[in-house]
Amino acid sequence: MGSREKILEAVFKNQPQVTPLPDIAIFKGDNNDTVQKYIDVFKSIGGSAFLVDDLTVVNALINDYFEVVKRTVTSLPELGDRFELLSTTVDPHMYEDIELAVIKAQFGVAENGAVWLTDELMVQRIIPYICQHLAVVISADSIVPTLHEAYEKIGEGNYGFGGFIGGPSKTADIEQALVLGAHGPLSMTVFILK
Amino acid sequence: MKQSQNKDHAALAEDFIKDNEHVNWHDGALWYIREKRDLASKQIPEWEALREAASKIKSNVISNLHEYLLQFEANLQKNGVKVYWAADAEEHNAIVYSILKAKEITEMVKSKSMLTEECGLNEYLFERGIEVINSDLGEYIQQIDNEPPSHIVLPCIHKRKEEIGELFHKHLGTEKGLSDPTLLTRVARKHLRNIFLTRRAALTGVNFAVAETGEYVVCTNEGNADMGAHLSEVQIASMGIEKLIPQKMHLAIFLRLLARSATGQPITIYSSHYKRPREGQEMHLILVDAGRTRQLGRADFRDSLKCIKCGACMNTCPVYRKSGGLSYHNTISGPIGAILAPNLNMKQHADLPFASTLCGSCSNVCPVKINIHDQLYKWRQVIVKEGYAGNAKSLSMKAMAWTLSSPGNFATAGKAGRWFLHKLPFIVNNKFNPWYKQREMPEGPKESFAEWYTKNKENDKKE
Repeated sequence: MGSREKILEAVFKNQPQVTPLPDIAIFKGDNNDTVQKYIDVFKSIGGSAFLVDDLTVVNALINDYFEVVKRTVTSLPELGDRFELLSTTVDPHMYEDIELAVIKAQFGVAENGAVWLTDELMVQRIIPYICQHLAVVISADSIVPTLHEAYEKIGEGNYGFGGFIGGPSKTADIEQALVLGAHGPLSMTVFILK
Repeated sequence: MKQSQNKDHAALAEDFIKDNEHVNWHDGALWYIREKRDLASKQIPEWEALREAASKIKSNVISNLHEYLLQFEANLQKNGVKVYWAADAEEHNAIVYSILKAKEITEMVKSKSMLTEECGLNEYLFERGIEVINSDLGEYIQQIDNEPPSHIVLPCIHKRKEEIGELFHKHLGTEKGLSDPTLLTRVARKHLRNIFLTRRAALTGVNFAVAETGEYVVCTNEGNADMGAHLSEVQIASMGIEKLIPQKMHLAIFLRLLARSATGQPITIYSSHYKRPREGQEMHLILVDAGRTRQLGRADFRDSLKCIKCGACMNTCPVYRKSGGLSYHNTISGPIGAILAPNLNMKQHADLPFASTLCGSCSNVCPVKINIHDQLYKWRQVIVKEGYAGNAKSLSMKAMAWTLSSPGNFATAGKAGRWFLHKLPFIVNNKFNPWYKQREMPEGPKESFAEWYTKNKENDKKE
């Protein structure tokens, strides 16, 4: 008998009598002030957030805050005349030297400041992790209060890969001193379109 | 690998506390993290309801694990992930080796996996010509120091920055004396970035595996799991069979609890949901038993399998804070380690359930409400019954049994004790008396309660 059968048999023999799952529909977030809550939490984690009218403002802010002479990539066609458009066919290793990536996310989560995005919006999975600085565009009305609403929105999700991203990468492994910028981006900026 | 030289927890802890300044610093660092957990949990009014729900979900999982495993396997395969089953550590390691050998890969980057640490994967692969680099900064530091991680979430919490600076000077050529955490992290970032870009294989652990959809979630703050996975040709995930959760919606409960319990963050920076391989990439997942089915069969201890590896119990435990994870001579240390380890090797880890004051703080902070302190107590009874309690303990238990077995014995022992404390205190006030270590012996009372009562009862009658 192979290990699969041995393990399954042992599990079946040793597991206790079935206990029921709890009702988790009781958990709901508060839909008030989600945008402000999101901004407050995200800033407290070390991210930058801007509430903007449209993408022209985004364009201007990027110019102000980032060294756009270095390689900047984007998935937004509206920014395509200034920045390099991401490609699905290029080897991901070729994106090693991106300074800034400007991409969209599906929505934000107010309780933890995270955004949710799938591989479709990343264009290539490595993009939000390999860039030195990450900028994400979401719409204000997409922001949900808690992860409960988030997973309702995600549903089964027809993605190959998806992730919550909640701020600049960080570590406190050296004497608990917080350092922003571990292996992922050194900074994260969220542009919230009204 | 630096080993604990077969010393038990008490002996290793004794070494640890010799450096008073260091142990106080270690204690403070961990308690600070406990306090952050408290701050975070108090911001969620429904925190206790979340704990209760998480506990019930995990109880359901271990009661229906057979079904969930089959469901998960079927969905993984549907998603294009290759599935393997490993009965023990050796088999797990052999599977990883075979996957790498098939693609002639000799270098792999790993993001945090306590399971692979438990299995001794790095050593196994090294012996067969495959280099594994731990990419989590704390684990990387431990790796270059040839020491196991001391905490499941904060691998080098026991090291001062000067010590880490010295390691970086030796292994990465940084300036001698450099100990600034930001600068050291930048050096590691550069060095490990090159590793991510050049490794064809990446291995991750699994925080949560969703039976309903066949996807699994990996939580990091550093982004190292994703840097490895999305640049790899071959992605391997190793998971203990107890990491399953039934439905996708349940992730909301667990992700709300995990980081808040571990470090006080509302969520880890990255919570990555891996489902299907990239085009041109292979994904493999290994389901590992390695003692879990045996624990599942122990009615008193199976709830330890509910653990989501947050480390909150370690951060709060007064014994852990003052002895350090390496005193537990087991990959998973602290309170949860003490109830998992005796199942793996009762002889080797018989001391662990006794490394506790049974204060119960661990049970209070556990996000899935494992009754850790109850299980510590129950393990003690199993260990003594099986004959693994030390001789000193057995003899002193027997002596106590004799003393308490009759009023006569009790009175005699009491009288003798009071006589010695009065007339010959040095008999007990010395290094042979374990109670005397760092304590003053009490002044013996002039008489026992029974003697006092007898005397005064007669006085009372006279009135």
